[in-house]
Amino acid sequence: MRRATLLVQVGVLARRSVVRTLRQPAMVVPSLVFPLMLLSINASGLDSATKLPGFPTDSYFQFALAIPFVQGALFSANSAGTNVASDIESGFLNRLALTPLRRLALMVGQLAGILALGLIQAVTFVLIGVAFGDGIAAGVDGAVVIVVLSLVISLAFGCIGAFVALRSGSGEAVQGVFPLFFAALFLSSMALPRDLIETDWFRTVATWNPVSYMLEAIRSLVIEGWDGEALALGFACAGGLALIAMLAASAALRTRLVRT
Amino acid sequence: MSGGFWSVARAVAWRNIHSFFTNPAIVVPSLLFPMFFFTAFAGGLSRVDQVPGFDYQSGYTTFVYGFVLLQASTFGGIFTGFSVARDFESGFSRRLLLAARNHGGIVGGYWLAALTRAIFTVSVITTVALIAGLDVNGNAIDLVGLYSLAVVVNAAAMLFGTGIAMRLRTMQAGPLMQVPAFLLLFLAPVWVPFDLLTGWVKGAASFNPITLVLEAGRGFLAGDPTKVLPAFGVALLIAAVTAMWARGGLRSAERAA
Repeated sequence: MRRATLLVQVGVLARRSVVRTLRQPAMVVPSLVFPLMLLSINASGLDSATKLPGFPTDSYFQFALAIPFVQGALFSANSAGTNVASDIESGFLNRLALTPLRRLALMVGQLAGILALGLIQAVTFVLIGVAFGDGIAAGVDGAVVIVVLSLVISLAFGCIGAFVALRSGSGEAVQGVFPLFFAALFLSSMALPRDLIETDWFRTVATWNPVSYMLEAIRSLVIEGWDGEALALGFACAGGLALIAMLAASAALRTRLVRT
Repeated sequence: MSGGFWSVARAVAWRNIHSFFTNPAIVVPSLLFPMFFFTAFAGGLSRVDQVPGFDYQSGYTTFVYGFVLLQASTFGGIFTGFSVARDFESGFSRRLLLAARNHGGIVGGYWLAALTRAIFTVSVITTVALIAGLDVNGNAIDLVGLYSLAVVVNAAAMLFGTGIAMRLRTMQAGPLMQVPAFLLLFLAPVWVPFDLLTGWVKGAASFNPITLVLEAGRGFLAGDPTKVLPAFGVALLIAAVTAMWARGGLRSAERAA
């Protein structure tokens, strides 16, 4: 590889990452189908929950529409981790380490595929929401903000997946962590607003769980319109998690390249 | 290994049970997923029992336990189908088919393994549920009915998964085992009683045989047995059909061996 600029390095690796992700239907299709299937079942199965006093909308579909965005991001974490682990297991990362490639380029390039997948997911879910629900209360601008927030969430979980892969060097370890991501989703305000959760310990866990705020930020745009506090909390949680996970993944990459 | 049905079944069961309990990658997910569902639904949705028309007297934790018991029994069987597929991929099953005189014992062994896995998972979940406030109003006979139903469902799921695994003989067949089971379970009244369902899920639940099984299970827990005969009839019918399906799978594997 010639002495390329950082931008060129990122571009080359990003292209590889995007093509590699999109060429694997097994990675793209379930990340779209499963969240939509769950949304469809939840929307019918739990519609009667909207009769609870204080429930913010009379359509459970509108309430549950936020879930696919986060669930899709969880699939991103799995995909990012699996891709990085596969690069380690196949020796591709070792070969890259022999080139003058910068670590930042490697990191950003690897995550580009996940962002592409995140974009496809977010746009699909917004379109489904508009087609089958009551639309997005915050309008077109709100839909754009949902897509942006969804990308930040995908980046955050993608970095966690990459971190696990870089630390362990094993695809199996990434798969093993996957249920923990789902625990984070399940133990949040996914199914009911936090103030309607009756069980104390569950409400406490959901309050400390950053996933609740990511869901609530998207939900506020879908149901209420513009809610600065919910958006600030959602972006802060997703951005903060992305930053921490990216720093951790960079450190793990440094360690792995030193080992190489 | 050249004995009759039970010696083959014991050997296959022992190997499978041993690998289940000594491999965290197998045992942990089979415990975690029902546990997630239980905590998420029983904890996160507990206020749903205050929805007008929610008429289950034993409380929401018990209502959810009825579903999670069914789910754990089903997936105890389905995950055993995964083990069958893994045994074919590793070449173990081919050797087993050549060595064992009674091939029915192979399926019998996997059934014993599936039953053991389900008993283990259900025991852990029941302990957690009791701590979380499971309120069982049924008597001993009701509980025998409840867990008998779970055993039949577990066997049916195992036979279904085994039928697929023996035909396709690859782990890639996993989604073919999981997705139908997942759909049957979730197109039943999972979170609220049947009367409170709306939309297309209500239509699907009215045709779904698992609805009967789930309602009978919840009736046993509440001490108010309901739709017992239809539920056992449907469960046994599904088990009989999946037994024929597994038998066809075994024949297919024998031809390939």
